[in-house]
Amino acid sequence: MAMTNPGSRITQGTFSFLHDLTDDEIKAQVEYCLSQGWAVNVEFTDDPHPRNTYWEMWGLPMFDVKDPAAILYEVNECRKAFPHHYIRVTGFDSTRGWETPRLSFIVNRPTEEEPGFRLIRTEDEGRTIRYTIQPYVTEEKPENERYR
Amino acid sequence: MAKETEIKDPKKRYQSGVIPYKEMGYWRPEYEPKDTDVLCCFRITPQPGVDAEEAAAAVAGESSTATWTVVWTDRLTAADLYRAKAYRVDPVPNTGEGTDTPAQYFSYIAYDIDLFEEGSIANLTASIIGNVFGFKALKALRLEDMRMPVAYLKTFQGPPTGVVVERERLDKFGRPLLGATTKPKLGLSGRNYGRVVYEALKGGLDFVKDDENINSQPFMHWRDRFLYCMEAVNRASAATGEVKGHYMNVTAATMEDMYERAEFAKELGSVIIMIDLIVGYTAIQSMAKWARKNNMILHLHRAGHATYTRQKNHGVSFRVISKWMRMAGVDHIHAGTVVGKLEGDPNMIAGYYNTLTKEYNPQDLQQGIFFDQDWASLNKTMPVASGGIHAGQMHQLLHYLGEDVVLQFGGGTIGHPMGIQAGATANRVALEAMVKARNEGKNIMKEGPDILQKEAKWCTPLKQALDTWKDISFNYESTDTADFVPETSVSG
Repeated sequence: MAMTNPGSRITQGTFSFLHDLTDDEIKAQVEYCLSQGWAVNVEFTDDPHPRNTYWEMWGLPMFDVKDPAAILYEVNECRKAFPHHYIRVTGFDSTRGWETPRLSFIVNRPTEEEPGFRLIRTEDEGRTIRYTIQPYVTEEKPENERYR
Repeated sequence: MAKETEIKDPKKRYQSGVIPYKEMGYWRPEYEPKDTDVLCCFRITPQPGVDAEEAAAAVAGESSTATWTVVWTDRLTAADLYRAKAYRVDPVPNTGEGTDTPAQYFSYIAYDIDLFEEGSIANLTASIIGNVFGFKALKALRLEDMRMPVAYLKTFQGPPTGVVVERERLDKFGRPLLGATTKPKLGLSGRNYGRVVYEALKGGLDFVKDDENINSQPFMHWRDRFLYCMEAVNRASAATGEVKGHYMNVTAATMEDMYERAEFAKELGSVIIMIDLIVGYTAIQSMAKWARKNNMILHLHRAGHATYTRQKNHGVSFRVISKWMRMAGVDHIHAGTVVGKLEGDPNMIAGYYNTLTKEYNPQDLQQGIFFDQDWASLNKTMPVASGGIHAGQMHQLLHYLGEDVVLQFGGGTIGHPMGIQAGATANRVALEAMVKARNEGKNIMKEGPDILQKEAKWCTPLKQALDTWKDISFNYESTDTADFVPETSVSG
């Protein structure tokens, strides 16, 4: 009886436990970022490893764009160009003491069913185990040829 | 204006014998504190017959240079510099004549920065709370707040990781973190313990935690626990694609044992370790240095604090403990829930949270913050809310505690009728839905329950959680509350 995290849905980002956000809902979150004075950027990847920090940037962070509709337009352009990638929207706060992302959520998933990760255990001294986490999709296929 | 009472003539001042503290130079109402002074606000309850200024001077004296009698050796020193100076005494509202509470006073004392060793909480506290709390001339004494000068703060390392870097390392932004303490807290074997950890992390929590008294007992020795917990952490990470962690409690009898356990946690790839407040200030600072050196997040459980923080008339406010711990250098500290099972007035808790997470604290008497405090870029400590909280309170938790907090649902995860994973999922869904609604501009304090019910329509685990704990609240009066309330005003 599966009543929790179904399948291998990747739950990175702020809203991954909810239903996928609609365009209006994305726009509302973008509006929130702008109201806080954060710069919004769009990034994509087909390597969902939890330590993959540097997703590809869909252009520079939109420091000077204050119109949520314009940002949503960029999200959709990115979706068109990379339908088989994960895409995330991040609000970046440049104020002193933060200078870091303040909100980051996934707005595109490459496939309905996500294949997830293999856990590789290498046994070491004294019952110690070295763990390696590997996305199934990155094992054989190079970048841009995954999830299809 | 209160008048200076110091005896200025050195011949009289240094005559052998006993003279009042006020006359020794510890009562200095005209003194203007320097930017480099350490300032304290004490709540003093003098014994009957002791006047407030003399009591304040006595506290200043005993926490700096004085002894009970005059000593000529003072004259070999720049004694006036080293003497702490009580510079202000205010009666505490609603105490004294006409009330049920004996008269209390807020007494402000300034200490020169040269009284303290750089970077040492042990030295700072040995002066400030060393002897004075047992002082006979006082019925009770409480340290309410301290102002640390920037010059002194700069001698402390502070939190090894800090809120910003912790979030970057965990790749978690824009929402409170979620945790749980493994229950039952005693008796599980390593294998069973790891099961709880795995289920909770896979279900959607970011962290699971050892309890304060989980160290290395006959039912579960520490190495075994660490190995099973890391299996659980990695399995859950692979199942979700998220960075996960378990706070490995390395509290032990000696520093050597603690370092050994911390090293093992690091070797296994844990992102976080924990210690208990009862290990002492020096041990905490040592572990903070170790954590900075080894890229480790350091969690502190405030075990034991309520023995001296809870009573309003005597002890040390938790605000001050928060300040010391941010300086000593911990990344997490339990700081209250407002709505849970443990003591906590909303205003007081806001004061602790602000002390831990802001770059600057302006004076805010309602929150018990007596001084402006510039934190001089010291890292921020993430407050942890733990004890008797559940998914149905998510709107209140987000409203009162904000975003930079670890919400720990122990019973509220593990006690879920459909199991631990379901409990974790209920909490995560409730949290994400509430953050989303808040960002959309909804009034979550008003609409919170409806927002949760709406999500519960498709999320069965959340529905079950809401049904199970719908009537659970802990409404007791707090013992530690603000002395100041804002004056009601009629606004147009």
